Amino acid sequence: MNIAGAPILSIVTFLPLAGALFVALLSREAVQNIRYATLWTTLITFAISLLIWVNFDPTTPGFQFVEERAWLGPIKYKMGVDGISMLFVILTTFLMPLCILASWESVEDRVKEYMIAFLVLEALMIGVFCALDLVLFYLFFEGGLIPMFLIIGIWGGARRVYASFKFFLYTFLGSVLMLLAMMAMYWQAGTTDITVLLQTKFPENMQLWLWLAFFASFAVKMPMWPVHTWLPDAHVEAPTAGSVILAGVLLKMGGYGFLRFSLPMFPDASATLAPLVFALSVVAIVATSLIALVQEDIKKLIAYSSVAHMGFVTMGIFTFSQQGIDGAIFQMLSHGLIASALFLCVGVVYDRLHTREIKAYGGIVERMPIYAVIFLIFTMGNVGLPGTSGFVGEFLTLLSAFKVNTYVAFFATTGVILSAAYALYLYRRVIFGPLEKPSLKALADVSPRELAILTPLVVLSILLGFYPAPILDVTAVSVKALVTSIESANQAAALAR
Amino acid sequence: MIYAAIVLLPLLGALIAGLFGRLLGPRPSELITTSLLVVAAVLSWIVFVRVGFDGETARVPLFRWITSGELDTAWALRIDTLTAVMLVVVTTVSALVHLYSIGYMHEDDSRPRFFAYLSLFTFAMLALVTSDNLLQMFFGWEGVGLASYLLIGFWYKKPEANAAAIKAFVVNRVGDFGFSLGIFGLFAMTNSINLDAVFAAAPSLVGKSMSFLGYEVDVLTLLALLLFMGAMGKSAQFLLHTWLPDAMEGPTPVSALIHAATMVTAGVFMVARLSPIFELAPTALEVVVLIGTITAFFAATVGLVQNDIKRVIAYSTCSQLGYMFVACGVGAYSAGIFHLFTHAFFKALLFLGAGSVIHGMHHEQDMRRMGGLAKKLPITWIMMLIGTLALTGVGIPHVGGFAGFHSKDAIIEAAYAGHTPGNFAFWVLVIAAFMTSFYSWRLIFLTFHGETRADHHTYDHAHESPWVMLIPLFVLATGAVFAGIAFHHYFIGEGYSEFWKAALFEAPGKDIRHHMHEVPGWVPLAPTVAMLTGLALAVVYYILAPWLPAATASAFRPVYLFLLNKWYFDELYNLIFVRPAFAIGRLLWKGVDGAVIDGTIDGTAKSVLWGTGRIIKLQTGYVYHYAFAMLIGVAAILTYFILAGGGGAQ
Repeated sequence: MNIAGAPILSIVTFLPLAGALFVALLSREAVQNIRYATLWTTLITFAISLLIWVNFDPTTPGFQFVEERAWLGPIKYKMGVDGISMLFVILTTFLMPLCILASWESVEDRVKEYMIAFLVLEALMIGVFCALDLVLFYLFFEGGLIPMFLIIGIWGGARRVYASFKFFLYTFLGSVLMLLAMMAMYWQAGTTDITVLLQTKFPENMQLWLWLAFFASFAVKMPMWPVHTWLPDAHVEAPTAGSVILAGVLLKMGGYGFLRFSLPMFPDASATLAPLVFALSVVAIVATSLIALVQEDIKKLIAYSSVAHMGFVTMGIFTFSQQGIDGAIFQMLSHGLIASALFLCVGVVYDRLHTREIKAYGGIVERMPIYAVIFLIFTMGNVGLPGTSGFVGEFLTLLSAFKVNTYVAFFATTGVILSAAYALYLYRRVIFGPLEKPSLKALADVSPRELAILTPLVVLSILLGFYPAPILDVTAVSVKALVTSIESANQAAALAR
Repeated sequence: MIYAAIVLLPLLGALIAGLFGRLLGPRPSELITTSLLVVAAVLSWIVFVRVGFDGETARVPLFRWITSGELDTAWALRIDTLTAVMLVVVTTVSALVHLYSIGYMHEDDSRPRFFAYLSLFTFAMLALVTSDNLLQMFFGWEGVGLASYLLIGFWYKKPEANAAAIKAFVVNRVGDFGFSLGIFGLFAMTNSINLDAVFAAAPSLVGKSMSFLGYEVDVLTLLALLLFMGAMGKSAQFLLHTWLPDAMEGPTPVSALIHAATMVTAGVFMVARLSPIFELAPTALEVVVLIGTITAFFAATVGLVQNDIKRVIAYSTCSQLGYMFVACGVGAYSAGIFHLFTHAFFKALLFLGAGSVIHGMHHEQDMRRMGGLAKKLPITWIMMLIGTLALTGVGIPHVGGFAGFHSKDAIIEAAYAGHTPGNFAFWVLVIAAFMTSFYSWRLIFLTFHGETRADHHTYDHAHESPWVMLIPLFVLATGAVFAGIAFHHYFIGEGYSEFWKAALFEAPGKDIRHHMHEVPGWVPLAPTVAMLTGLALAVVYYILAPWLPAATASAFRPVYLFLLNKWYFDELYNLIFVRPAFAIGRLLWKGVDGAVIDGTIDGTAKSVLWGTGRIIKLQTGYVYHYAFAMLIGVAAILTYFILAGGGGAQ
C-alpha cells in the first residue's frame, strides 16, 4: 500500500491516544468492552505501523516520512524515522497487543485506568522514536515515565511504592541534567530541530559537558551499572505487562538516545569517553551476571540478566563500527522480544501460583510440558544460542569489541559462560526435578490465550536467529552513515589538535 | 540437493516428532525419525563414494545469515572428503542409535521427545561438519551442545541428570568462550570468517604479532590456541574434561551417539578442518600434542579403577580423543581422522553393548554387581568382545587386524615420527595403550566372566536384548572389524592424496607421513606389546587371582583414591570456580548493589523528603504527586523555550 503524503507517523503515534480517549468515554463497568477496545486499538496501530516498514526505503540513510509543522514559537512539531529508529516503532506496536492480552485476566482492579495508562504510554513511546525535535523528544521521553510510574505504583506488587519512588528518583536526576543540556544546545545552535543539530558542530569542550548530561539520563534508562538498581525493584513490583514494556521498550530508549544524540552530535566527546562506557559495560556484563546467579526471585533474576544484556548494547555502540552498532540495535530488538517473552512466561506461572519465588517451583514440566518448551526456547535465546535472535546481537557486538580492545572483548565474552550458568540454573530449578510440592500438582498448561501471546515471540526469536536480514538490511545504511560521520569528525578533531 | 537432504532430513524428523509427537504417538514418531535417518545415512554413503573416490567436491550456498559491513556469512554446505567422512560417521551411527533406541527406550513414556532430540542433535552435528564458515560451525557447535544438554537431562526427575546436563553445557561454554574469541580474532585479522578467505589470508599472518590483553603475541599461535580451547571443551580434553563422565547420566544410546562417536569428536574435526591455520602455528600444535598426550594418559589412569560400566567407556573415549589430538598436533591429521572414523564404530559398539547389558540387567550399571553374564547375554558378550579387540588394537603387525589396530597404531607411529621432546608423546601413548588394554579387558572380565556378583533375582531375570537392539550391534561390529583394513589404504596409505585431495593441509616440508614409514622397526611393535601386556595383566587380576585388585587398592590406597576420585578435579573446580562465583554474586548483590548503591539512593531519598519518617508513611496517593512533579518539569521546559523565543545565538 502506498502511503505517500499521509502523516503516517503522527497517525501511528496518536492513534493509541485516540483509543485512550474512546476508552475514557466507556463505562467503568463495561470491563470487557474496555479490554476489546484497547486490544483493537493496539492491533490496528500495529497493522498501520507495518505500513511504515513496508514503505521504508532501506537504501537511504536520511529520515523518511518526515512531517514538519510550526508549533510553539521556535519549537517545531517534526517527526521522521530512519534505519536506526524505525524498527523500535514496530517493536513497540508489536509488543503492545501482547501486553493487553497478558493483562486480560490478571488485571481486574481499575481496568479502565489501566488500559488508558497503557494506551497513553504507547503513544508516548512511539513518539520518542519518531520525534525530530529536541523538545518534542523530551516531552515524549519524560512523559512516558508518568504512565509507567503509575502502572508500577498502582497495579504493582507489595513494595510498589518503594519501587516506583526509586524509579522516579533515578530518572528524575537523569532528566534534569538532560534538560539543562538541551537548553544549552538550543542556546548554542539556535534551534531544537534534531536534523539541524545533527549537522551542528559543537565545540569540543562543550561536547564533553553535553555528553555527560545526556549520559546521565540514558545510562539510567539503559540501565548501566551502577545506576541500575531501580530496575530489579521496578520489575519485581510491576505487573507482567508493565515488565514487558519496561524491558521491551523503555530500556531501549537509552540505547536509542546514545545513537541519536550522543554519538552523532558529540562525536569527539564520545570518542574521549568511550573507555568509560566500555568499563561500565564490562562491569555490567560480569557483575550483574554473577548477581543473577544468586537470585531467589524469578523476575529479579531476569531483570539482572537484562542489565547484563544491555551491557553488550552499550559496548557495541561505543565501538563506533558497523558491526558494533548493527549488533547493538539487533541486541536491543532481540532483547525486546526475548526479555519480554521471559517476563510473560513468569506471568504465566505467577497468575497460577501468585509467587515469583524460585523455591516455590520445581518439576512443573510434568504438568506444563508446552510451557516448558516455550520457556526453554526463550532461555536459550537469553543464553545467546546461535539460531536464536539472542545470538546475533551478542556476536556482532563482541566481534566488533575485539577489534577495538581485547580486554573488553575478553571480559565481556565471559558473559556467555555466566549467562549459561544462571539461565540454566533457573530453568532447572523451576522446570525440572521431581514434582513434589502439593501446590504444583494441579497446574494447568498454557491456555490458548497464553499460547497466542507467546507463539509470535517464539516464531520471531527463532526466525530472526536464522535469518536476521530483515533487521540488518534496515539498519545497514543508516548505521553506515552514522559510523562515517563519527569517523570523519574524529579525524577532523585529530587534525585540529 | 542430495547434500541439503542429508542435513535437513534429520531436522524434518525432529520437527515432526517434536511438534506432533503427542498427536502421532510414540511408534510413528520412532519410525519416522529412524527412517529419515536411514535415508540420510544411505545418501551419505553415496556422497562418500562420490567425493572420496570420484573426486567430487561442492559448495552449496543456501541463504544469507549475518551480514554487517565487511562481515558476510551465509548458510552453506561445504562438501569435501573431510565432510564426507564425517557425514557417514554421523548419519550411520545416528541411524543405528535411532534403531537401537526403539528397543532400549520402549518402556519410556516420552519417546517422541527422545527421538526428536536425537534427530535434532544429528541435524546440528551435520550443520557443524558441513559448515563453510566459522559461524555456521559455531552454530552446529552450540546446537549439539543444546541437544547434549537436553539428552543428558532427559530423565529430568533425577537431580544428578540435571546437574550433569548443566555442567556439560557450562563447561562447553568455557571452551566456546575461547572459540568465540578465536573467531573474533580471525575477523579482526582477516576481515572474514569464511573458511576459504581465512585460509587464503592465513599465510600472510605468519610471523605477525598483535596485542592481546597487554601482551604482544604471535597472531596465528594465539588464534589457533583460542580456537583449540573450543575443541578442548567439546572433545573433553584435560582441564575441560569434567563434564564427559557425568554426561553418562543420559540414556545409553545418547552416550553412544553423542559422547562417543560424534559430538565429542567435533574438536578433532575442527582442528583438521582448520589445518591451514594450525599448520602455520607450530607453537599451538605443540600445545595440542601436549594436551592430547596428557588427556590420553590421565583418562586412561582414571578408567583403570572406575566401577560404573559406562564411566569406564567414557574415560576410554576421553583418552582416545587425546590420541586423535596427538595425531593432529604432529600434523598427521589423516591419522587423527582415521582414528575418529574407526573409533566411532567400535566405541559406539561398546556403548550400545553396555546398554544391552544395562537393559538386560534392569538398569544395573555397577560392574561390582555383575559377572558371569556371558551365559545370559551371549550375543552381547561376543559383540563387546569384538569392540574390545578393536579398541585395544588387536592385530598382527605388517599384516592387519581390527579397526583400532590400524588407526591407533598409526597415531603412535606418527607420535614417534613427530619427534616430541624425549619422545614423550610416543612413550605416553604406548603406556596409555597398555592401560587401555587393561581397563577394557577388566570391563569384559568383570561383566561377563567369573561367578556372578549380581543378586539372584536380577541374575535370573537377566535377558538378551531384542533384535532391534542387536542388529545395530552387528552393523557396528562389522565396522569394528573391517573399517581399519578396508580404509587404511585411502585414509593414511598410498591412496592418501587421491582420497583427501585438498581437504587436509600439510605445511610444506614437514612430510610427517613419510617419516611415519621410516620409524625404526620396533616402533610399530610397541603398541602391540603394550596391548598384550595389558591383556595378560587383566587376566591375572580378574581371572587367575581375583583377590589381587582389592589387595593392590589397599596397598596403594592414596593412589587408588586419587584415581577413583578422578584426580579430584570436580572438587578443585568447585573450590576455585563454582563456589567463588556464587560468593562474589552474593557480595555484589547484597554488598555493592544493596548497601553501597541503594544505600546512597535511599539516603538521598531521605534528604529529599526531609526526614526518615516520611518515607514510611508513603501511600499510593503520593504516586500522583510525583507524576505531577514530572508534569511541572515538562511545563517548565516548554515555558522556557517559548519565552526564550528564538533567542539563541544564531
